[in-house]
Amino acid sequence: MSDSVILEVRNLNSFYRQSGGIFSKKSTKQVLRNINLRMQQGEILGVVGESGSGKSTLAKVILGIVRDYQGEVIHYSPRPQMVFQDPYSSLNPAFSVGRIVEEPLLIYGKYTAAERKRRVVAMLEDVGLGSEYLNRKPRELSGGQRQRISIATAMIVRPKLVILDEAVSALDVTIQDQILDLLMRLKNEYNLSYLFISHDLNVIYQCCDRSIVMKDGQIVEENTVDALFDHPQHEYTRQLLRAAE
Amino acid sequence: MKKINTEPLFKRQNYFLRIGAVITVVMLLMIVVGYFWTPYSTTQMNADLKFAGPSLAHPFGTDNFGRDIFSRVTEGAGTTFFIAVCVVLIGCIGGTIIGSLTGYFGGAADTILMHICDAITAFPSILMALVIIAAFGGGKYRIILILGILFIPSFARVVRGEFVRQKNLNYIYSARLMGAGHFRIMFRHILPNTIPVLLPAISIGFNNAVLAEASMSYLSIGVQPPDASLGRMLSEAQVYLGKAPWYAIFTGLVIVLLILGFSLLGEGLQQKNRR
Repeated sequence: MSDSVILEVRNLNSFYRQSGGIFSKKSTKQVLRNINLRMQQGEILGVVGESGSGKSTLAKVILGIVRDYQGEVIHYSPRPQMVFQDPYSSLNPAFSVGRIVEEPLLIYGKYTAAERKRRVVAMLEDVGLGSEYLNRKPRELSGGQRQRISIATAMIVRPKLVILDEAVSALDVTIQDQILDLLMRLKNEYNLSYLFISHDLNVIYQCCDRSIVMKDGQIVEENTVDALFDHPQHEYTRQLLRAAE
Repeated sequence: MKKINTEPLFKRQNYFLRIGAVITVVMLLMIVVGYFWTPYSTTQMNADLKFAGPSLAHPFGTDNFGRDIFSRVTEGAGTTFFIAVCVVLIGCIGGTIIGSLTGYFGGAADTILMHICDAITAFPSILMALVIIAAFGGGKYRIILILGILFIPSFARVVRGEFVRQKNLNYIYSARLMGAGHFRIMFRHILPNTIPVLLPAISIGFNNAVLAEASMSYLSIGVQPPDASLGRMLSEAQVYLGKAPWYAIFTGLVIVLLILGFSLLGEGLQQKNRR
């Protein structure tokens, strides 16, 4: 069983330090408390909770963007990637779409120019955009198109684990559905696992196998989505469910 | 996929950009042509033609030695332009390196360097340059070096501000996730995004450099005679303001046009970027 585990988090605690300047004391706030989780290959694990519950910090700690933590994060796959919520700041405004999607290939640097071009065009087609988008700038695109570009950029290095941090929250409902469809299709095509962070229970219910519920930096409940929705154990989960109805 | 029409319905005219470009191109042409050929020698004196007013032969008149002012203004504009470009180049490159490093890495070095920049900016740059030149002597190349160094803080501040703003945007996080190194992120990802703020800083810096060179030459610590520079000529002209007003008027006009062209160009580029 353990050989199909793709991500393991053990006893994770993370702190947010505020240095208030020279004359005030440093204040420390604990953002994550004793988080333990384990993800199987091919699984979609939901992370749900209100804003400020530590969901995004968890994602950033897992990917090493936030380094201020204690505990263990063990990846069993190379190059985990992330798709961000805000499709307006997650693409470099100075680059063209083609350059943005090509960048990961340039960094891993073992492809010829022709090979890179071929992969970029293929990847764009995979996310439903044609090669006519290659020379566009991000500011010329809609939110949904930008999110497709973000997804293409994350997936072009063929990761096994992708963290989706509120990846559809900034989009309106019809576009949301299109992007979710795209994500599910890519998951099957590329054999991916998703850590799906969202405050939207309906979206979690729609796509996840299993979900954890977070409150104040702690995991308060963890179960399969069906069990979580039909028989919520924790009072906070019931509150969330009532609020979503 | 449907093609999206990105053309705006009504195209607003960017007059700043156009007028600025026209003035700048005319000035540059004058400078480039003047470098190889001027209607009269810029140093040839002619006692018969002292203080001749503007005429067809001498459109800007002649000065106290009977030299053709148009030819001298052309050469002087070239000298001033050369100094200003070098000063901006030193300031911009130095400022970009310091600003990007401090803005990106932050920490103690950032605090210290920014305080040094504050200290330098606290003195008027011309006064600082005066003091240094009084101590070490003047000359064209020394002025370039001194003004260049004094111009670094203003560029460093602009670039640093933009780096601080950009480095916590998600596209930088995703570049880091792809495994991009610090220098790749700094110079390939963030630097192109500082150009919209760097361009106006360059145009303002250029204008300040022209003025600084003119003021220093005006105080006769800059370019030495018989070389012509606009500030030097202006300081000579003020002695004969009553006798030969065209001397000061045309020299001043060239300074104004040089600065105006670049200001409008900078403003126009800023407007273009805003859209």
